[in-house]
Amino acid sequence: MMEITEGSHAVAEAVRLCRPQVVSAYPITPQTHIVEDLAGFVANGRLDAEYITVENEFSALSACVGASAAGSRTYSATTSQGLALMFEVCFNAAGMRLPIIMSIANRAMGAPLSIWNDMQDSISLRDSGWLQFYAEDNQEATDLHFIAYKVAENPKIQLPAFVCFDGFILSHTYEPIDVLSQEQVDKYLPQYNPAEKLDAKDPISFGMYATPEYYLEFRYEMDQAQKLAKDVIAKAGKEFGSMFGRDYSAFVEGYHLDDAETVLVAMGSICGTVKDAIDEMRAAGKKVGLLKIRVFRPFPSDEIAKALSKAKRVAVLDKNISLGSKGGATVIEVRDAMYGSTTPVKGYVLGLGGRDIRKKDIKEIVALCEKGIGDQFYGLRKELI
Amino acid sequence: MTLAVGCRARPGKSRDNRTGSWRVFKPIFDHEKCSKCGMCQTLCPEGCIHEDAEEFFDPDYAYCKGCGICATECPKEAIAMKQEEK
Repeated sequence: MMEITEGSHAVAEAVRLCRPQVVSAYPITPQTHIVEDLAGFVANGRLDAEYITVENEFSALSACVGASAAGSRTYSATTSQGLALMFEVCFNAAGMRLPIIMSIANRAMGAPLSIWNDMQDSISLRDSGWLQFYAEDNQEATDLHFIAYKVAENPKIQLPAFVCFDGFILSHTYEPIDVLSQEQVDKYLPQYNPAEKLDAKDPISFGMYATPEYYLEFRYEMDQAQKLAKDVIAKAGKEFGSMFGRDYSAFVEGYHLDDAETVLVAMGSICGTVKDAIDEMRAAGKKVGLLKIRVFRPFPSDEIAKALSKAKRVAVLDKNISLGSKGGATVIEVRDAMYGSTTPVKGYVLGLGGRDIRKKDIKEIVALCEKGIGDQFYGLRKELI
Repeated sequence: MTLAVGCRARPGKSRDNRTGSWRVFKPIFDHEKCSKCGMCQTLCPEGCIHEDAEEFFDPDYAYCKGCGICATECPKEAIAMKQEEK
């Protein structure tokens, strides 16, 4: 059923439909509306779950770790400094192989304090073992939650997942959303019933101690699960498509890619702006295309290399910066995926801390890329530095 | 042996980790001096000191790390730490 609704409300509704048994979160802008809604659902009986109120994000995710280990479907949501406070717990959740789903309403990292959007928060946890999905719009943001649970809880995977969507740009924007019914979701997402869980009658411990003789192999197994998740995500995305008409089997999506000379690579809501800019550039005879990355972990290197094989030049847009390196996380990994190719890959760090990116900016980046200028911040206010 | 997913373990798993190999100094218990007070058993951080049928105390050397707390705390100085040759 189509509804005009705010991104956060739509995500909260999607989470409700996933029937989490335990929700624990701490409110933080711009994630707040999601957890307010879920607390309301629990209070008014629309969601049969324990809502555990806590004093901070470290405790929120820790509560989820315990609940998930006890065999519950578990949910949290956060952003920015809240996610930073969860850093340790994120690694533990992944290492214990607990399929917790957490929405990230992407926001810049302080200091300086910024409540506005970029992707530095979740990107900074790329090595934690969590699967990472990035949504372009609110329909995708809601749909990815169903897929995330399905993939994370697969017995072969058993990894937690972030569903990331841009703070404010998506979380506070009203869009038409196809809201699924409980019957539809129940058919897609079966009850969570893990083979191993905390049970006083049959005791077990999670995430025990590994000496140097064992630790390396545990990390290897997690990496294998990430790689195995590619197949599982493709299947879960395809099944979702066959049931509800929106196919998420692809890790990357092309827009006017086939004959594109300049290809922009991006994640998240900026892809909408890029598509509009491409339409205008195409109308003016410019062969420009977009490669949107939806799944950042596991990173779809092969798919990216294949999709970019015909491009003459590539411009990667990063709403994050690995300070002191050659740029944002995406360009570094895209360049690695393209290793051996002579196609120039240029990176542009942009939109940090909520700086607005418009169609004219996308066109300017294409022009820069054509001139071979890149691997730089885009849109710096020169008068300030 | 294959790894347990998520390093999950059934109770008693730490018994597989025979920490006696960490030991440099080995506690030697002298039953002649022992007053059977049980301080050594109470304070052993490894929990490896057991009472025998005659109410004397002895460590399980498979797990004793040689920390020496028992020897330090023994009111009768009945425990001597001897360097072990391996």
